[in-house]
Amino acid sequence: MSFLTGLYAFLFYFATVVLLTGLIAKVVQYARTPAPLKIPTTPAPTTTGGVALRMAREVVFFESLFRGNKWTWIFGWVFHFGLFLVTLRHLRYFIDPVWLPIQLIQPFGVYGGIAMVLGLAGLWARRFLVDRVRYITAPSDHLILALLVLIGASGLMMSFVVHTDIVSVKDFFRGLMAFDLHPLPADPLLLVHLLLVVGLMIIFPYSKLLHAPGLFFSPTRNQVDNPRERRHIAPWAERLEQE
Amino acid sequence: MAKANFEVPELQQYLDVPEVTPGTMAHSSPFVSRPEFQEPLGFPGELPDDWQARALDKMGELLGKYRSLRVYLDSCVKCGSCTDKCHYFLGTKDPKNMPVGRQDLMRKVYRRYFTLAGKFFPKLVGAEDFTKEVLDDWYSYFHQCSQCRRCSVFCPYGIDTAEISMAAREIMDSIGLGQKYCNEIITKVYRIGNNLGLPGPALADTLEGLEEDVYDDTGVRVRYPLDKKGVEILLVTPSADFFAEPHVDGLVGYGKVFHEAGVSWTLSSYASEAANFGMFIGSYENMRRVAQRIRKAAIDLGVKRIVFGECGHAWRVAYSFLNTLAGPWDFLDPRYPVPQHICEFTHELIQQGKLTFDKSQNDDKVLTYHDSCNVARASRMGPRPGGQFDIPRAIIKAVCNNFYDMDEETIRDRTFCCGGGGGLLTDDLMELRVKGAKPRVEALNNVMQEKGVTHMAAICAICKSQFTKVLPYYGMEMDQIVSLHQLVSNAIVLTPRGDEDEGDDGDEDDDDGSEDADDEDGDSD
Repeated sequence: MSFLTGLYAFLFYFATVVLLTGLIAKVVQYARTPAPLKIPTTPAPTTTGGVALRMAREVVFFESLFRGNKWTWIFGWVFHFGLFLVTLRHLRYFIDPVWLPIQLIQPFGVYGGIAMVLGLAGLWARRFLVDRVRYITAPSDHLILALLVLIGASGLMMSFVVHTDIVSVKDFFRGLMAFDLHPLPADPLLLVHLLLVVGLMIIFPYSKLLHAPGLFFSPTRNQVDNPRERRHIAPWAERLEQE
Repeated sequence: MAKANFEVPELQQYLDVPEVTPGTMAHSSPFVSRPEFQEPLGFPGELPDDWQARALDKMGELLGKYRSLRVYLDSCVKCGSCTDKCHYFLGTKDPKNMPVGRQDLMRKVYRRYFTLAGKFFPKLVGAEDFTKEVLDDWYSYFHQCSQCRRCSVFCPYGIDTAEISMAAREIMDSIGLGQKYCNEIITKVYRIGNNLGLPGPALADTLEGLEEDVYDDTGVRVRYPLDKKGVEILLVTPSADFFAEPHVDGLVGYGKVFHEAGVSWTLSSYASEAANFGMFIGSYENMRRVAQRIRKAAIDLGVKRIVFGECGHAWRVAYSFLNTLAGPWDFLDPRYPVPQHICEFTHELIQQGKLTFDKSQNDDKVLTYHDSCNVARASRMGPRPGGQFDIPRAIIKAVCNNFYDMDEETIRDRTFCCGGGGGLLTDDLMELRVKGAKPRVEALNNVMQEKGVTHMAAICAICKSQFTKVLPYYGMEMDQIVSLHQLVSNAIVLTPRGDEDEGDDGDEDDDDGSEDADDEDGDSD
């Protein structure tokens, strides 16, 4: 086993632990923190089914963003949908045999990669061109965009320019999952790509990428509008009543 | 035109998103509360030396108590969707009045002390120490948010800046840095029963005067009872309804509707205030204390239903929070929602054909309707989502011949705040109020030019007071803002109850019709 293989194996184990523990800790924290008052942004659904539908529209179509800003919406949606396709395409490195839907999606995954980078470029351009967005942008916002663009670009390079030995890559990741290390090809582009992905996994639970779980816990979006019908009270507020 | 010692914005035909101009409103900040208005609310009187540690403690406590705060401080991706949505930004150009700009005042402190990234790489993630300068910014800009929730409509994660500014005000109150306007008012509610500090005898006097006026106008004895026990309905209305114009015309209207419905009702001197400023300062405890007064009044008076008068933030607390804060309401008539909005009440009677109107009485006006922010985005009326938009419009159309909506982008859940909500309706924030009203006044101006609109109806005491004061700065008349139930009052055809000649002691007769009306009203909602 080469040093490189060992290093990357360690990095991926480490990043996975950070990602999972960090994310689980955050989700548990969100779930445990009470929402003491009914604050759905109205008009809001009056049933749980309605809330599920509202949430689905937010997750799949970014409904509120669509109403807010069409440019950000189109770039943001293209990026996220591209990323989604790319992620599905990459599942082939982790499963064997590859499920039929994942096989079928392979060619679209490449388009997804292109869409992802284009969407990111649009989002990044707004950070320079729109004065309001420029004002609210912190260095970390640029860095996260850079990270994602580089991940996308290095991935596309491997698809179109400098191919790598993807059979070995698959062996490496399948091996990681079985705690049985297989050598990782020492292609610079691949190493950069994987290193950046490790970086993304590590910062995920400690950055604004928490918007992903956050949306599901947002009281303005996930609450049912029924305060008159059902009494809603948090445990800490209930204690006030016993005083 | 009212005189101003600041530049009144020019009205545009189209919504104009200004260029970011930092610091234009840095000087704006309301009077700081005094110990006499802090202590009754359970807050320290003044800023202690160790304010920073205490503020951070409080912030930690709130992060554990409010999921909204925790999730919203984490989730923002700085996409910019909210940046051109706040009326205060549109009117002042100050980037700290962009919703995300305002949130970031707290988010930078949150990141510095409560997140790993902010502890180790503050510069990278825009984290900052909680210095006195930052606290001053908090005091200034968290009192430039009317908690109208327009930003939350457009945020992909539903981040509601109101939640952040409420938490900020709670933190500042906990270190003795309260806002005089809100805290003085809450103190008045505790001492006297309402925001304006009107004692019971003054209320009784006013209501008696109203009865006389209505009798003189119409020849019909409409009652405006106070503290009457054993009646059907307790009406809770903002105290401005007792004397301010155009609010009082709305109260006259409520009384006429109750009269026609034939239900017995009363106001309470103990709970003579619908508004709950506890919400503005983000204090659950104070909001609960104020709300409990309504519970006590309902029990003491032995009523069966609670109806709220026209008031925006009050209706939010009433509709969304009252069951939480002062429920359960199992001692009231279960056939009716608790509480009901006066518009729900009136609308139901209209649908049942129980009210007769002479619409021509409002023919001197061409109306438009201002959706009050907290009614629009934080509550509902009727059984269906969006009833808060449809029901008031249905009432206006039932009592007026001439009605036009303002631009679709500026009404319903996209409505603009009047500029005076959320505890900002105070003279020490006049510049902010005038500038913040710009987007709404712009839409009003357009519909005046295009459709010949003469008046704007509203169902919120704050909106009414704010526009009365602010419209003259834009060259409009203060009486262009009217109460919705003022229109009802103008058009409603009253039925004499048979006690018209008896003078003032015929009160008991009012109850006669109530039993019948009960049964017919039974299947509401």
